[in-house]
Amino acid sequence: MRGREFLLSTVLTGALSAPVLSQTAETLGDPEAGLALFRRDCAFCHQIGPEARNAVGPQLNRIFDRGAGAIEGFRYSRGMQRMGIDGLAWTYETLDAYLANPRALVSGTRMSYRGMPDAQDRHDLIAFLRRHSDQPQDIPESAPTALAAQPDLPPAPLGVEGDADYGEYLSSECVTCHQQSGADQGIPSIVGWHPEDFVVAMRAYKQGLRPHPVMQMMAGRLDDDQIAALAAYFATLTPTD
Amino acid sequence: MTFNRRRFLASAAATTAALSAPMVGAQARPRVIVIGGGAGGATAARYIAKDSDGAIDVTLIEPTRQYYTCFFSNLYLGGFWDYEALGHSYGTLASEYGINVLHDWAVGVDRDTRTVSTAGGHTLPYDRLIVAPGIDFVAGSVPGWDVSHQDAMPHAYKAGSQTQLLKHQVETMRQGGTYAMVAPPNPYRCPPGPYERVSMIAHVLSRINPTAKILILDPKANFSKQTLFEDGWLRHYPGMIERIGPDFGGANVEVRPDSMEVVVDGSAETVDVCNVIPAQKAGRIAELAGVTDGNWAPVTPGDMRSRVDPNIFVLGDASAQGAMPKSGFSANSQAKVAANAVRGDLTGSRVFPARYSNTCWSLIAPDDGVKVGASYQPGADQIESVSSFISDVGESADLRRRTYEESIGWYEGITADIFG
Repeated sequence: MRGREFLLSTVLTGALSAPVLSQTAETLGDPEAGLALFRRDCAFCHQIGPEARNAVGPQLNRIFDRGAGAIEGFRYSRGMQRMGIDGLAWTYETLDAYLANPRALVSGTRMSYRGMPDAQDRHDLIAFLRRHSDQPQDIPESAPTALAAQPDLPPAPLGVEGDADYGEYLSSECVTCHQQSGADQGIPSIVGWHPEDFVVAMRAYKQGLRPHPVMQMMAGRLDDDQIAALAAYFATLTPTD
Repeated sequence: MTFNRRRFLASAAATTAALSAPMVGAQARPRVIVIGGGAGGATAARYIAKDSDGAIDVTLIEPTRQYYTCFFSNLYLGGFWDYEALGHSYGTLASEYGINVLHDWAVGVDRDTRTVSTAGGHTLPYDRLIVAPGIDFVAGSVPGWDVSHQDAMPHAYKAGSQTQLLKHQVETMRQGGTYAMVAPPNPYRCPPGPYERVSMIAHVLSRINPTAKILILDPKANFSKQTLFEDGWLRHYPGMIERIGPDFGGANVEVRPDSMEVVVDGSAETVDVCNVIPAQKAGRIAELAGVTDGNWAPVTPGDMRSRVDPNIFVLGDASAQGAMPKSGFSANSQAKVAANAVRGDLTGSRVFPARYSNTCWSLIAPDDGVKVGASYQPGADQIESVSSFISDVGESADLRRRTYEESIGWYEGITADIFG
């Protein structure tokens, strides 16, 4: 008991000392509004609650802190399996990024959902999902669910026109591993992506939302112009493999 | 990258394939000669030909018709990769990119007349020369050994028949015998390579010769990915591998190929297989071209241009560039920067700032892969590391398996990038 109180107070102190951490998922979002959104956008494929089972999509109970692709017996896409092995876990930030643009966070995900553009909608939905995960007041070890910072995930202002020539030069660094043919063995294809998805994915690596040390390093030293240049170039290629 | 252009290049190749006397036409295309068809040279040739749209005449001089990559040759030793799958031909570079592939030895470079002479009797003019010959061994670096002993004591540090020989020796070693490796001093090709090799040989021996021993005689106090390898050896091959570092005589080693002995700090021991990886230097043609300083050829960090001659670029293992390890990945990365600069020199195309990177994957045991990597940029004097990463001890088995699968994807990717 004492331990629990201590940990809880640490969480709170930590939260208070950092203003960006001062709000929890619950206070950021309205779970009732989230329920409505869940019914509208998610419930066709996902179940949640006491009787939830895997359906088209995996059941979503206790999703917070669960590793991506971690439910035994559910057949995930290769992209989701890769992300899980690389260390992607569902936190407030990663769920927010995934809901905003699923394919940008997890290339090749089978979740055929376009994305939820409105930040408040996402807060509401995550607040609802949070009700079906371990609550911090019950389990002190669980991670705080506060919003660390608004993930800066929208694509570059589309005013930034990618310089495809520069992109072709920069791409020579990518194709040492990612095949220009679009072959997808051990290392995913990056050919023929929509430029917007490309930009969002690279930013997600830069911010550490997407796990993978090589990609975090590579993306870490690309600025917005370079990312736009690469996106413009790769969008011009079509997979041949 | 249209197919039309490729067809055009292919037909252009057919007409110029018969390499004749130096072109004397008034408006001849600028000429680039690349010496060495490995990760650096073949990549540079391909990128120059591909990106110049036929405006530059590219000749690649490489003695072998079938190139066996040194990277992944350890996996072949471990039984994880086919020998044939290490081999790559130059057919695509010739037919799809219009590169004149000349299977010959470059034996001289005249920097005044800007010509390369070959063992086959050609004298070929160049406007820019790319020297990418890989490594040679420093004579006398392991007392008692020279290349004439490479059948008794293989180096297997240039892939091909040497790799096959070492594999055969390991697999037919007597039960309970000792495989000894004389590890090289820094700097050398593929820093984790000797230790990945030990891992692969330990894997083979643990199956077919479980009482065998592995003895590493190492002149270096530390080595690449040491913590990861030692952790892996303890988990997979307990008691099999002994490493003698410089504190215990690892830097004072002599070999006796006739009696299969290694002499460590004056005390002789008979071994069954002895893999001598000598100290290394730039491939000989770099020295003959007069672009070396000591064992290696210094280059400027911004574009891999020789510090001795601005018409010459040196790539990969042979170059002294700063912080990048000598690896196929590094050579491939450097080649693209140099190709961009060469095109800029000869056709006035846009020259972009240099970007370099490297990642080395190593396999410790089945499905137990690790990696180390870094990105680099030109500094004032040499190439400098910007950021880096390395696998952790204690990673999940899933992540280690994924790292191994990733390395296979990388092999397919980089060989497609090198050989087309």
